[in-house]
Amino acid sequence: MSDLEQFRRNTRAWLEANCPPDLREPVVIDEDRCWGGRKPTFKSESQRLWLERMVARGWTVPEWPQQYGGAGLSREQGRIVREEMRRLGCRSPLDSFGIWMLAPVLFKYRTEEQRREHLPPIARGEIRWCQGYSEPNSGSDLASLATRAEDNGDYFLVNGQKIWTSYADKADWIFCLVRTDPAAPKHLGISFILFDMTTPGVSTKPILLISGRSPFCETFFDNVRVPKRNLVGALNKGWEIAKYLLTHERETVSSVGLPAARPLGQIAADTLGTCEGVLADAFLRADIARFEIDAMAFQLALERASDLLKAGQASPALSSMVKFYSAELNKRRHELLMSAGGSQALEWEGERSRNGERARAWLRTKGNSIEGGTNEIQLNVIAKRILDLPGA
Amino acid sequence: MALILTEEQTMVRDNARAFLADKAGVTHLRKLRDTRDPLGFSPDLWKGFAEMGFCGILVPEALGGSALGHVEAGIIMGEIGRNLTPSPFLFTALVGASALLRDGKAARNRELLPRLAAGDLLVTLAVDEGPKHAPAATALKAERHGNGFALTGSKCLVVDGHVADLLIVAARSGGSPGETDGLTLFLVDAKAKGVAVERTVMVDAHNAARIRFDGVAVDADAVIGELDHGWPLLEAALNVGRAGVAAELAGLGGEAFDRTLSYLRTREQFGRPIGSFQALQHRVARVFIELEITQAAVLKALQMLDADFERAAAIVAVAKARAGTSATLAVQEAV
Repeated sequence: MSDLEQFRRNTRAWLEANCPPDLREPVVIDEDRCWGGRKPTFKSESQRLWLERMVARGWTVPEWPQQYGGAGLSREQGRIVREEMRRLGCRSPLDSFGIWMLAPVLFKYRTEEQRREHLPPIARGEIRWCQGYSEPNSGSDLASLATRAEDNGDYFLVNGQKIWTSYADKADWIFCLVRTDPAAPKHLGISFILFDMTTPGVSTKPILLISGRSPFCETFFDNVRVPKRNLVGALNKGWEIAKYLLTHERETVSSVGLPAARPLGQIAADTLGTCEGVLADAFLRADIARFEIDAMAFQLALERASDLLKAGQASPALSSMVKFYSAELNKRRHELLMSAGGSQALEWEGERSRNGERARAWLRTKGNSIEGGTNEIQLNVIAKRILDLPGA
Repeated sequence: MALILTEEQTMVRDNARAFLADKAGVTHLRKLRDTRDPLGFSPDLWKGFAEMGFCGILVPEALGGSALGHVEAGIIMGEIGRNLTPSPFLFTALVGASALLRDGKAARNRELLPRLAAGDLLVTLAVDEGPKHAPAATALKAERHGNGFALTGSKCLVVDGHVADLLIVAARSGGSPGETDGLTLFLVDAKAKGVAVERTVMVDAHNAARIRFDGVAVDADAVIGELDHGWPLLEAALNVGRAGVAAELAGLGGEAFDRTLSYLRTREQFGRPIGSFQALQHRVARVFIELEITQAAVLKALQMLDADFERAAAIVAVAKARAGTSATLAVQEAV
């Protein structure tokens, strides 16, 4: 048996022995996710235990070096861990903007000392991060952002407002784009800084969404003092970092398009029934088949993208294609789920509908083609970077 | 298996691309069409296919073939799609050859396959009888007759039916139309008594025919696959054909896309290239995304036919469905 096969066996055995059974059920509501933080909320004791066990093994971030809280696994080993987790249906022990977005930046742009400060608490789920990017007047044109960071000797004095900050009210730290040189052209006066959300002058206000939830906030900075050592990379070079992070964000947002545990056709059959072995509603059946065809082909396109990457033939704007299509797929999927649910899916409160779970999830998908760069921005990127069309 | 072409496969593509662009570009089809060529394809070009090793692409070397796989065959189909090249390649080299090979009758294959690989034998599959593809609805009768059978009924959209030497005919030897049991495949000489071929000129200049069978007598050893249980072989041959068509459509869509993209870069209006306008950039970017996704599905389908034939049907269906819609999109959006 090869080393990797042995590793797979050991991984499977460990997961079977250590992943609590209720953590092998698909994620249904947001509370099923574990986000960690200084004041973590655990839905159950087993959720806490699962995080603790995975942290102890370094498997919240299997491929990170051990000194940063990872397990130092090779890429192949990391892939095996994920495959075996998927096979058993294990939930992610820790969902984290720190892992998905900030860590790649810290690995690329920070000094060793700064990595040692921030990466281990991220890996252990002790510090929860949020992303200070969009502003009321800077969405797609992010580089026009106006939040000001004035150089006051030892510290920056930060004033301004962010918006659509995911979970800002629950986050411990923020990675934030600020304007450090208002005189420079817009892309050349931006810096990337980190600060503690408990710093005096920081306040957040959740935004009530159509789904009835408030995952996003308005975030205000009123004379916030940020130590200068919290600058990442060079002063006024933050735009490069911002773009680097965005490609990781796109990939994260794209993961919403990954196939769910149960095929749509079966979910539809629960409510609509079958007739001679096929879904009773012929129109919905055809729509679901079309969706599944596209979802399956998209999975293969992701596989191909990763093979192209390994072969050094990857296209620079591939993440834009992936972001665009996964947003479209996810929106279609939830339209179909609503259609399959019929009037039951319209129920907004009560046990039976789990407080309108399906309808709320459907409404949430409306943001998929906006967040992380709108569909139109992704098409712009494809037109320019892949298709090499002249600028408008 | 990685979802990219190997070095050898890239070579096959480059060779096929150079050969077809040189010998059989779109003007080649237009000339055949506009002169109402009776064959609808060029025998000289087909000789060239044989010399390139294309005709016997799936045929073992011992039988004169090049012993390559479905991926390589699909690559050639893609280039055929790019050039709209008329040729008997899909039905002779893919569908016909794979039906014979999967049937596996050694003596028959020793006789037929070297001729097929040399470009001297054209084969096709006669399956549909109505306006929609419905193999299980086959009604053409196969009745016991002497030591063999008599075939009576009619087929339509028999690709290359007006030039094929050998017809693989799906017939009902038992059961009733709609059932997959009771189907038998027969190898029928196109010149046999009682076979009446009517060439049908199609909107896209595809080569096809309607064929009537009026008590056509065949021997018992004309059966290909199993008597009354011809369905698995029929499905296998059709799946090879479906994957081939998917590859052809992906190539066709890709060519329409490439031509449109180059037009967007060079055509100027309002003093600048029209490709600088966002309205057009977004349209072409969407076509690009659809074609990229389709390409992955098509390659996977071809790889599955080589690696795990029995489990390939679902992905072949995905590839064919995707290729149909994205090629249609590409052509509708193209200039």
